Amino acid sequence: MSSIAHDETVSSKGILSGPIELRDLPDWFRDQQHAAWEKFESIPRPTRKDQPWRFSNVDLLDLAPFKFSPALSDDDRANVLKYSRGLDRFAGRLIFAGDQLIERNVVSDDLKKRGVIFQPLERAMIEHADLFRKHFMSQPAVLGSAKFAALHKALVSNGTFLFVPRGVEIEQPIEIFHWLRGEGVSVFPHLLLITDELAKVTVVEHFRSCDARATGFACGVNDLIAGPGAKVTYVCAQNWGENVVALQMNTTTVDHDASAMSLNLNLGSKYSRFESLSRLVGEGGRSDLLAVAVATNEQEFDARTLQDHISPRTASDLLYKNALDDRARCTFGGLIRVEPHAHFTDAYQKVRNLLLSDDSEANSMPGLEILADNVRCTHGATSGQINEDEMFYLHSRGIPTKVAQRLIVTGFLNDVIQRLDQPSIADYLRGLIDQKFARSR
Amino acid sequence: MKTENKAVDINRSIGDFHYKVDYAKDAGSGLSEKTIHYISDAKEDPDWVREFRLRGLKTFLEKPLPTHWASKDLEAIDFDKIRYYLASGDAAKRTWEEVPEDIKRTFERLGIPEQERKFLAGVEAQFDSEAVYSNIKKAVGEQGVIFVGSTEGLKNHPDIFRKWFGKVIPIADNKFSALNAAVFSGGSFIYVPPGVKVKHPLQAYFRINAENFGQFERTLIIADEGSEVTYMEGCTAPKFETTTLHSAVVELVALKGAKIQYITVQNWSANVFNLVTKRGLAHEDAEIKWIDCNIGSRLTMKYPGVVLKGRKARGEVLSIALANNGQHQDTGAKMIHAADETTSNIISKSISIGTGRATYRGLVHVPKHLKNCKNNTECDALLINSTSRTDTYPAITVRGTGNAVQHEASVSQVSAEQIFYMQQRGLTEAQAMSLSVNGFVNDLVRQFPMEYSVELKRLIELEMEGSVG
Repeated sequence: MSSIAHDETVSSKGILSGPIELRDLPDWFRDQQHAAWEKFESIPRPTRKDQPWRFSNVDLLDLAPFKFSPALSDDDRANVLKYSRGLDRFAGRLIFAGDQLIERNVVSDDLKKRGVIFQPLERAMIEHADLFRKHFMSQPAVLGSAKFAALHKALVSNGTFLFVPRGVEIEQPIEIFHWLRGEGVSVFPHLLLITDELAKVTVVEHFRSCDARATGFACGVNDLIAGPGAKVTYVCAQNWGENVVALQMNTTTVDHDASAMSLNLNLGSKYSRFESLSRLVGEGGRSDLLAVAVATNEQEFDARTLQDHISPRTASDLLYKNALDDRARCTFGGLIRVEPHAHFTDAYQKVRNLLLSDDSEANSMPGLEILADNVRCTHGATSGQINEDEMFYLHSRGIPTKVAQRLIVTGFLNDVIQRLDQPSIADYLRGLIDQKFARSR
Repeated sequence: MKTENKAVDINRSIGDFHYKVDYAKDAGSGLSEKTIHYISDAKEDPDWVREFRLRGLKTFLEKPLPTHWASKDLEAIDFDKIRYYLASGDAAKRTWEEVPEDIKRTFERLGIPEQERKFLAGVEAQFDSEAVYSNIKKAVGEQGVIFVGSTEGLKNHPDIFRKWFGKVIPIADNKFSALNAAVFSGGSFIYVPPGVKVKHPLQAYFRINAENFGQFERTLIIADEGSEVTYMEGCTAPKFETTTLHSAVVELVALKGAKIQYITVQNWSANVFNLVTKRGLAHEDAEIKWIDCNIGSRLTMKYPGVVLKGRKARGEVLSIALANNGQHQDTGAKMIHAADETTSNIISKSISIGTGRATYRGLVHVPKHLKNCKNNTECDALLINSTSRTDTYPAITVRGTGNAVQHEASVSQVSAEQIFYMQQRGLTEAQAMSLSVNGFVNDLVRQFPMEYSVELKRLIELEMEGSVG
């Protein structure tokens, strides 16, 4: 396994010192990193006055304390491996900790023979340079985090490359783990997923911390490309430690007759911003954007989305649900944009907040920008609390308040998870939600 | 339905006229401390007003244009070319007979027949920046209602006026409220004493009638405990080559149990920048309702708001916007909940025709530890042509349990089946379209006072002319 030269002098450096010189990287990639670093430095830090950062706690984005991940010892690696338990069955699996590859379970020989490529990014940029260069961060970050996308581009050192060729359907999900290990450490996860015509794949990403209390910074970017008629499902189980600041910028490109579905489960971190851009570039494309968040203590979840209908006859459907307790805050800023001539667009957007405490706060900014006339676009946003009648019903059946509340919240969120239509993944996600409830009570 | 409908320019010749008026007082174009002193001298302002104006000017010059979220079209305003104060010199008139003949002619063209006064409780007609004619029906005056121009209000009723003036909308609220603070003239001051219910709506017509001349009225309405009043504001403006700026500030104060209804039909000509700040303060059990209809102007930015300060206060914004070729109607509503059991309702309907763009911007704020606050927001947009555009940008903040907020918006096109059905019954496509659009806004229009809803329907028909086919 080709690993990265993580010697101690490099790893103790702060991330604001710029790209580290890694061996084995192609020159073009190195140049790209340096250009991105210049861009990162030239863009000012966001302020709350910037419209895409309205309501966000931008003070948390001070990156000075964060450093590159140190090289992991064999013990660390064994430990990470031991705890990397996700789904019972998977078609392939990559495990990263501190951006270092810990384990690789390759896809079956049959899939390999049919052309499936599943490998770490650092290899793909050499072995599949053309595909890589064509799709790697090919879309600008338009949802506010251009600065952090540039940072990612400058500092990304590893990640996943997955290519599913024409007509190949991978039945079991592909699993990817990203671990943060150590205090004040940063990671830059990346997933480059390219599906060719009529291909089908499901990817589940797990974001976790080894130490639940350690501070850390995660800055991830995903490029998800659904080729013509392809079917792509992406699930993100975000469960970083409680003092982690996380930014994730995902771009999904949906070609004609393709369908993409994404589900983001937000449980961990102190502040997590999730930007999802869904580009519908071909007729008949469909994109489903789902998200579930359980926010407790002083957690802040910040979701920004754009359903960009570029081509006529496309559909998108967004459903985000947040359950907020304690002093937690959730912000949703979403936009449906129908470009000129993107007629026969059918777009929907719905965000629902369930407030469980007096100090929780929900901000919703559902937006529409419609530049074509033959469309059907609707959005809705609601914020409310648990229905008293439902509580009364459960009380009268002898169920204590806390349990009743949990049941109702689970039911509220479940309706999103069920939309995945993949029972084993849904069970797994429900398990994570239950664990969070168990921790916070 | 066909998607490539071509939008045809509508006939704007109605209201498109200009009488020559000699201005006795003219502050010239451009804005500086000198301008402020000229206005203050001309209006014989008390010292505190002069200071207020100077503070406004300072804030205006300091604040940047809000182009980080608003339309870049604002940059087209050349503040140095605008004349900030013009007046024909006469004091506000008391009776119709005293109104100069040519000005009367202007009003006639606007469609304000003299006999209408008999129905209306009073007409405060603003001709350019000074109230030329002001008349309250005897009955209203006898009830103790004060209905005068803002200049007269601040001079003759300083104790009531000063208490609330600039309190609902502070100078520094935004760049244009600061501009208004600096150069305001005209507008109305209304005070309704406790328990008085003004039966007939009070009405004012505003007009811009000098090229490059912005109008900066300042209206303050105070409804004392348990009183009720309806105010109507309607405007048409003649068409000119260069841009005109209109930047009003309207403050409403509804004391305990009072009700204020403020109705606007805005139909400025398509070269006017209409940048207006409107806000009401609703005390306990009070109700403030904004009915806002925007048809004209090049760019309108207007977000009527209600600060729900007292328990059980209610706020409502009903708004209709029609954006035709070259127009941008950037309207919306703000509801700030600041007490328990407050409720607010926003219903917004917009129609975009040709290259018109209609934008809804909303703000709903429910801070923590409030109980049983409710907000309902509904925004519906109708797109007529393939080049039409509509946007919706709400921002909703809710803290704590015990409150319910819902927002819903939809964008659609006139249904092809509806048009087909009507064409089957012998209507032309254009007639069918016009009927359909009127149906779309009908449930809102019905809430308008009768004479306004008739006028509105006619205006919509006019705007729809030539938009299809």
